[in-house]
Amino acid sequence: MMSTSLPSRKLFDQDWKRVSFWGSICALSQVFICLVGLPAELNRRILIESTLSLGYLFIIWVPLVFGYVVSKMVELEGVENPKPGAAELLSGAITGLLGGLGLVVLMLGIDNFDLRDPLLNWNPKLLRLLTFENSIGFGSMIWLLVGVGLGVFGASLHQMTTRIRKMVAYAIFGLFTLAVLEDVIDDLSEGLRLEWLSDMIYAKRGGITVTSTIVIAVVLAALPLLTRGKVKEAVSRYRSSDNPAEQQRNSIVLFALVAVVFLVLPWFLGGIINELLANVGLFLLLALGLNIVVGLAGLLDLGYVAFFAVGGYTTAVFTSPNSPWFSPETHFGISLLVVVVMATLAGLLIGAPVIRMRGDYLAIVTLGFGEIIRLLFLSDWLKPYLGGSQGITNIPGIDLGPWEVRGADPRSVFYMVLAFCVLAIYVSWRLQGSRIGRAWMAIREDESVAEVMGINTVNSKLMAFVVGAVLASFSGAVLAAKVGSVFPKSFEILVSIIILVVVIVGGMGSITGVMVGSLVLIGILGGPRQPGLLQEFQNYKLLIYGALLVFMMLKRPEGLVPTARRTRELHQEEYLQDAWLGDDDSEQQEEAGERL
Amino acid sequence: MSLLEIENLQITFGGLDALSNLDFAIEEGEIVSVIGPNGAGKTTFFNAISGMIPPTSGEIIFDGESVLGLDPNQITEMGIARTFQNVRLFPNMTVLENVMVSQHCRTSQLVVGALFQTKAFKKEEKEIRERAEEILSFFGTRLVGYRLDQPAFALSYANRRRLEIARAMATQPRLLLLDEPVAGMNPIETAELTALIGRLRDEWGFTIVIIEHDMKVVRDVSDRVVVLDHGVPIAQGSYDDVSTNPDVIEAYLGRPVEAKR
Repeated sequence: MMSTSLPSRKLFDQDWKRVSFWGSICALSQVFICLVGLPAELNRRILIESTLSLGYLFIIWVPLVFGYVVSKMVELEGVENPKPGAAELLSGAITGLLGGLGLVVLMLGIDNFDLRDPLLNWNPKLLRLLTFENSIGFGSMIWLLVGVGLGVFGASLHQMTTRIRKMVAYAIFGLFTLAVLEDVIDDLSEGLRLEWLSDMIYAKRGGITVTSTIVIAVVLAALPLLTRGKVKEAVSRYRSSDNPAEQQRNSIVLFALVAVVFLVLPWFLGGIINELLANVGLFLLLALGLNIVVGLAGLLDLGYVAFFAVGGYTTAVFTSPNSPWFSPETHFGISLLVVVVMATLAGLLIGAPVIRMRGDYLAIVTLGFGEIIRLLFLSDWLKPYLGGSQGITNIPGIDLGPWEVRGADPRSVFYMVLAFCVLAIYVSWRLQGSRIGRAWMAIREDESVAEVMGINTVNSKLMAFVVGAVLASFSGAVLAAKVGSVFPKSFEILVSIIILVVVIVGGMGSITGVMVGSLVLIGILGGPRQPGLLQEFQNYKLLIYGALLVFMMLKRPEGLVPTARRTRELHQEEYLQDAWLGDDDSEQQEEAGERL
Repeated sequence: MSLLEIENLQITFGGLDALSNLDFAIEEGEIVSVIGPNGAGKTTFFNAISGMIPPTSGEIIFDGESVLGLDPNQITEMGIARTFQNVRLFPNMTVLENVMVSQHCRTSQLVVGALFQTKAFKKEEKEIRERAEEILSFFGTRLVGYRLDQPAFALSYANRRRLEIARAMATQPRLLLLDEPVAGMNPIETAELTALIGRLRDEWGFTIVIIEHDMKVVRDVSDRVVVLDHGVPIAQGSYDDVSTNPDVIEAYLGRPVEAKR
């Protein structure tokens, strides 16, 4: 509970240093975002009809967030804190104002100087965008007002009661999600013969219509009032059930629900969304494999794409009639067996020399090996066998009797990938709780001690490497059958890095986390070569990945959906404090969770 | 034949002889203390036996077989387990997991068993768990109950030391090397653990080598005491013999004042 017995601060009793610091950061961020070209590029994507595009959203979130940050008070427990009041609102306003000033300076700069040489986006297009096709004076007025308004709004979030804040958050995030998921919902409502629904929500030329924006915002805001925490109660009851039989029943029900959703959903989705889901699945499969290597065994493998490539090329050689040297044209099932063997061999070959290294050294060496494998596929030396930069084309789909899995039918690919992902999840889940899983954990904690405690570290680490390699090669095999061709270009180092980001952002070692990570990153932002839901992001994917990674490392290093173990590891002090306070104040913990 | 025989052991770091001309033997069922001032080479002695530091020269024979050139995990499998002076648990694993993982070299199930949940796998998991709980209950109520599922970093200092011993016991050794097991404990805890060390031999049948600075503990538990100074054994025998040995007193306290005369 906040102790707020002191009166609030006087209006001009500000921490000027702090306010000007966050204000300048706010201004710099906005200018930076404008100059990298995000607003101009993303302006095509309309979120709310004739009001807001994704491009503008990228500018206006800044004063909102920084207004919120600057007015956040440090609450000391057991000490009387001043009540938040007008002074906090003012600091938010100043921050927003400074941000707006940044944009004004930018506009004047663009108008008077020409810096187009180093700064590509220093151009009239950006100026027109910022001035709303009007005069600079008009644009400046708008941006200053918007800055102040959003800054105050951000600051006022602290002073709302929890319930109102919840309503606001529901409305904002709900609208945002609806706008981002427009394609999916369009697609889904078409499949379900509910076109009228999407016609009602979305405007013809994209974006939510103004009327439905207001209606939806009201409905969403009313949601927490209607449910009154009943959902949360149900979830916590579901989680904290002590009865093992009940627990088991709950998980079976949950599993069945998820399974039904995944089995039925693709029939109501169109080609593009199914394609997207198939891509998410391919990367999920890779991420699950890497999760075993990095999350469980703690081996930072930066050359993971090598195994992906081995799976793809093996399938290509064994099934394609166009394979230049050896072309048995076997069935996918048989080639899959060969893939397992080849991936195991590759895992052992790459693993054996590097496995004795630790930490950073291992990362660098695997990075090198990943590139070596790609360059081998590209080399003139192996060109007569593997086709060099032309790769191997004409890989047939997967013939499964009545069905055929091929790239032109993304639904079938999705089911195929789903089957492999289920397999990967099962493998990760079972290994986690086994003797070998515990050995991996011990190696991750302290390798020398693990060895003294009788664990053969070399063998255990190799095993992690091989299990990860096999899962990655499955992904490669399905990719080859889906795309119909493999090229060295598809196996760039960027793939390794993006998978690693998926694992880290999702939550290392956590299966659910990795699933959420790939849905969010690959599904929405897109994979290394695959567009996501927001196709407009294509050019800025790496920028956003990087920003997201930095933000996560600072604010939530354990990932989006972490395991209990990892949370405990990264928040030892909090854990010790909680343990010390005892379990009887779980209410307080719940409250803390709510505030997060 | 002795359980462990060390002949002419020498370990050199650069120009420094950490251990030299060390001969040592321990019979099955003995408790031997190794004492000596700081930097005398006691922990290096343990590191050499457990395979963490390869000796420069000499021979280490355990149960009739040389352990030189073996990896630490192979030595553990032969039946030598140790604890660490600066507690080195797996801090983010639970108490139970710490003990379960240490049975690795006595168990055998690999990936296939875990994936298909074979009968053998389930049986082995059950045994591992039961043995871990049995070992932990050796320390009374200190490491059982809700503590089983606590991460090791949440334990008190004394409990961490106990868990280290439990973890070493879980490897089912014949020879147990305890490196300062009571360091940092209060007198009551020290007395309790001293009694436990005796029981480790009598009930569990371990042969024990113990490094300790607390002379009361050394007196109470050891059949024999070996004194190291600058890597060289300067005395050995019963506690009473060693504690009155002038060389030992000199090593600990320095040369008496009268020598200046």
